[in-house]
Amino acid sequence: MLVYAAKRFASLFATLLVATLLVFVVLEILPGDPAQLMLGLNAQDDTLAALRQELGLDQPAWVRYLAWIGGFATGDLGTSYTYSVPVADLVADRAVVSLPLALIALALSTVIAIPVGVYAARHRGGWQDGGIMALTQIGIAIPNFWFAMLLVYVFAVTLRLVPSGGFPGWGGGIGPAFLALTLPAIALALPQAAILARVMRSALIDALHEDYVRTARAKGLTRNATLWRHAVRNAFIPVLTILGLQFSFLIAGTIIIENVFYLPGLGRLIFQAITQRDLIVVKSVVVLLVGTVIVVTFLVDMAYAAADPRLRKR
Amino acid sequence: MSQTPPALPLVFLLMRHRALLAGGAIVTLVLVAALVSLVWTPYAIDALSVADRLKGSSPAHPLGTDQYGRDMLSMLMVGARTSIAVALLAVGIGVCLGVPLGLIAAARGGWLDEGLMRVNDLIFAFPALLSAVMITALFGAGAINAIIAIGIFNIPVFARVARGGALATKSREFVLAARVSGKGEIRIIAEHILPNIANLLIVQGTIQFSLGILAEAGLSYVGLGAQPPLASWGRMLNEAQTMMMLAPTLALYPGLAIVVTVIGLNLLGDGLRDLLDPRLKRRAA
Repeated sequence: MLVYAAKRFASLFATLLVATLLVFVVLEILPGDPAQLMLGLNAQDDTLAALRQELGLDQPAWVRYLAWIGGFATGDLGTSYTYSVPVADLVADRAVVSLPLALIALALSTVIAIPVGVYAARHRGGWQDGGIMALTQIGIAIPNFWFAMLLVYVFAVTLRLVPSGGFPGWGGGIGPAFLALTLPAIALALPQAAILARVMRSALIDALHEDYVRTARAKGLTRNATLWRHAVRNAFIPVLTILGLQFSFLIAGTIIIENVFYLPGLGRLIFQAITQRDLIVVKSVVVLLVGTVIVVTFLVDMAYAAADPRLRKR
Repeated sequence: MSQTPPALPLVFLLMRHRALLAGGAIVTLVLVAALVSLVWTPYAIDALSVADRLKGSSPAHPLGTDQYGRDMLSMLMVGARTSIAVALLAVGIGVCLGVPLGLIAAARGGWLDEGLMRVNDLIFAFPALLSAVMITALFGAGAINAIIAIGIFNIPVFARVARGGALATKSREFVLAARVSGKGEIRIIAEHILPNIANLLIVQGTIQFSLGILAEAGLSYVGLGAQPPLASWGRMLNEAQTMMMLAPTLALYPGLAIVVTVIGLNLLGDGLRDLLDPRLKRRAA
């Protein structure tokens, strides 16, 4: 296990390094002159020269790259061109909105999907199963931002139960902040839950066909005990894979959903930074989001190996 | 004449595969709407008319008009064209680059396989939205950039499917026989492996097509996709958002168009999988 973990950890490190290099090349070497891109074509020569020096563009590319990734360790990611504040502070301010949102959505979709999937598998072929499958088919097809708009229309505009957008900040207590994240989290979670419930159902149906289930029944375990202790546990492996893959969609979803609810998270930040051509901010936020996806994939792999010893041999 | 029965088998086939029938019908309908919009729409989509703004459903405008007085039906038809074109071209990029990569990885194995698959994992960590963000930061927003961003995300998906399929086919007897009879690597891939993994690729293609429709809608909703005056369902939803209190139906039609199209494609994919690979039926039932 230790050797496997060390190998995987090395490959995680390499992947992260290549990802940062990719982002750096795309956003800092391809544009030719980032200063020109940020200021536009009508910029004065002396302004350009000043910005170039400020951004350190007079140094060779590899020095800039090393300084930038070194910044992830020291917390110094440079200064935002438009906000004139350190990028690290900007990101930290916004992450306290995006991160809780993604985690609540992930938890919500798991909590909904697993019981629903198990229920459908137990009533396989019945009308309950048919109904759930039809619902999940719709859930997969609904764009989360449209679902979010419908939720706003029903619960915020018509029923006035929750705010339609904005974020009061965590300073005013957990209650209002949580309330502001409720609709966005539901909008993100339900389409994901639809996919997850389908995977849970088919994984469980497969598991119920296995010999160990028959053995468990034969040795006198009740149907329920067999289901939960043997079949569901084994069905979790494919579910875990999908959960890891979904994280990348969840990150992308968070970026879009924040725009529906005017939440001041990383997603809003990235779009504001693009419109203002604030490449320093775009670069760091993209790497942060991609890095999160890579790390989560790594964690899922490790959880896998912990759950199934056969996988460590690879 | 005697050996070819009339169209009956096809009808039977479709009756036995209701998902295929329903999905095929929906997809055909959307395709026709998109194709018709190339030559005719009830109104021009860049025809703004203040007098006709926010009209309800009427014989002149079956689905009403938006806040600029544009005909919703015409906008939806052009939107169908945008969605399909973007998603289809993105699938094209994924197939044309991903499939050869997957086949090479499977044929060569060793470090090349390992390397290509690691690159795959890396690309997979960039959701289409983030690629689009980077491309937009450089070149500005537009439908072409949306196609590239979604297409890049499709490459590892098709590479993985092609590689898996090719590895499974590679050790089958007919491939060995072909090798013994002296066929080269390229001929074996073209004549034996590709036809055998075509089913997998077709099914994956419909899945990526429907994901592409959703991705395009998301990108154009946040302003990274098709730009005005081109209509797209995502943009229509973005514009409808500010009008939610006054005219909620403006947000209803484009959303329904997306949902129905994606359901149609998913049903078609499920149906094709059942049809092309009966072994999977046990799971689906």
